[in-house]
Amino acid sequence: MPGEKSSTVIELQDVYRTYRMGEQVLNALDGVNLTIKRNEYVAVVGASGSGKSTMMNIIGCLDRASKGEYLLNGTNVGHMNETELARARNREIGFVFQSFNLLARASALKNVMQPLVYRGIPQSERIRRASEALERVGLGGRLDSRPNQLSGGQRQRVAISRALVGNPAILLADEPTGNLDSTTSQEIMALIDQVHEQGQTIIMVTHEADIARHCNRVIRLEDGKIESDIQQVRHVSS
Amino acid sequence: MNMLWESIRSALDSVRAHGFRSLLTSLGIIIGVTSVIAVVSIVQGLSYTINAQFAGLGGNSLTVRSYTPFKQQLQGNLAKLQDSDMEAIASRIDGISHITPILYTQSGTQGVISYRSQSSFTRVVGIGSSYLEVNSVYPEQGRFFSRDDDIRRRLVCAVGVDIIENLKMSEDAVGEFFRVGNEWCKIVGVMEKRGELLGFSQDDYVLLPYGTAKRIMGGQRDLDIQIQLLVDDMNRQDEVKERIRRVLRQEHGLKSGQPDDFKVQTAEQLTESFNAVINTITAVSAGIVGISLLVGGIGIMNIMLVSVTERTREIGILKALGATRQDILLQFLIEALVLCMIGGLVGVAIGYGLGALVSSLLPGFPEAHVPLWAVLLSFGFCAAVGVIFGIVPAAKAAQLDPIDALRYE
Repeated sequence: MPGEKSSTVIELQDVYRTYRMGEQVLNALDGVNLTIKRNEYVAVVGASGSGKSTMMNIIGCLDRASKGEYLLNGTNVGHMNETELARARNREIGFVFQSFNLLARASALKNVMQPLVYRGIPQSERIRRASEALERVGLGGRLDSRPNQLSGGQRQRVAISRALVGNPAILLADEPTGNLDSTTSQEIMALIDQVHEQGQTIIMVTHEADIARHCNRVIRLEDGKIESDIQQVRHVSS
Repeated sequence: MNMLWESIRSALDSVRAHGFRSLLTSLGIIIGVTSVIAVVSIVQGLSYTINAQFAGLGGNSLTVRSYTPFKQQLQGNLAKLQDSDMEAIASRIDGISHITPILYTQSGTQGVISYRSQSSFTRVVGIGSSYLEVNSVYPEQGRFFSRDDDIRRRLVCAVGVDIIENLKMSEDAVGEFFRVGNEWCKIVGVMEKRGELLGFSQDDYVLLPYGTAKRIMGGQRDLDIQIQLLVDDMNRQDEVKERIRRVLRQEHGLKSGQPDDFKVQTAEQLTESFNAVINTITAVSAGIVGISLLVGGIGIMNIMLVSVTERTREIGILKALGATRQDILLQFLIEALVLCMIGGLVGVAIGYGLGALVSSLLPGFPEAHVPLWAVLLSFGFCAAVGVIFGIVPAAKAAQLDPIDALRYE
């Protein structure tokens, strides 16, 4: 791994995210401090309404903190405008969603190519990189398949390769196995573990203890605050 | 630019994905462009041929006719041009090579012609012998009448080919007699065929010597004639025109301040006034088409708004993958534009086909002609409609919050 200075990928300093509903003020995030270093494998757990999603949205540059600082790779995201945030999402973040969120009308290949479009990479290069990324997740033979022609596990593989094709700083996975049966879940977790072993920093929201065991750090949120932050020994899948 | 190309590609994908819906969406545009191209192709075809016909009139011919303002007409004071006016022009103005009076028959019975049991109605025109040179028409069979025929008011005539047909005469009609009004006339010549203009035959006429025509018209002393003349030198046309004006004002005893009671027109002016009519027709149809394009545009906006709502989640995904507002705006704008342009393309093709069909079905109608400007204008209009009506849905898509959009079911 490169130098120590860049080893911090995410730094949240006293972050608040406040929603106003008429008179009521709701702190979805209530003073969160968090540092995540390169190649950490973090599970974020907590009951619904605990602020998991809000924190993930802020980390994923989809939302901005109401108060406090968020440094992504040393850059202050709080000062970014709409376009710079989009650029940060494109270059630094790879999203994997529970419901896959693939582009329904596009083939697997086009889905994976899409983030590279916004980076201004020429078509031939996009095709090369995207097919390589799909081969890495074992879908080299399904480049032209549409999402509805793929199984749930295959769809999530496409989503993972789309998230990783641009070499992001972090992979953000939101309940990546939530829509999958247990066998397929294990396959997907094995894939994510493998991605982690290749040096990828991963943050994963989950409510399943089984899944959280794959990670080496578990952060528990409650009422917008970090309730516990535990380092653990990874359970390596067989 | 890369992003532009990507947007066009994705727009085409999306249009293809919803083929039938895209067709219905751009139907308004298709109908609008189809009608403009069809109307323009027919009207332009007309103007094309008519201009060609007028060119045959000769650029250096002038026509003088009497002109009575409407108010005067109501009072019954009709202005007239008379023999003395023509004589004055002929004797007092140089630079005129040929001059002829033209006398149109004025009322019913004079236009009735008959031969054996056949009878017909036609245009009977009295003319001087210079008519041939001024209008560059010549007899195909027989001869034209001479000065002598005119002076002696002989009952001879030259006819257009339709007369022979209408009266069921034999092929060789020269030398035959037939009735014009109440007189028997001898055919001395048959004029060359001129064909049809706007579906009207141009060969249905009887030409009489001017003197004879006056005789047939009975004793009316103050007939109103037209005067046609050829100017020697094209460049002196305006000068001659101005001199004719002065001479005629003097002849008619008009004081300064009184308006002319006649008009001097060049062949060019005839073409111009015709073109003015054509342009009005084109403009009016363009206006109607503008409305239909407006309606088409609203249709496109409607579907684009539906499409944005329907694809909210897709927009959320694209934003998560790093699409900026501009990227999304461009994508949806281009999609509206592509819909409009496809509509325009189909419209131009159908419109041209329709114009060609109509003009080939109507007998005597000139060939359809689509000028490039009409095609370019149509596309320009389609593009404008696409941008104007695409901007609202595209802006709506671009403004979507990525978190809400991703959560949208």
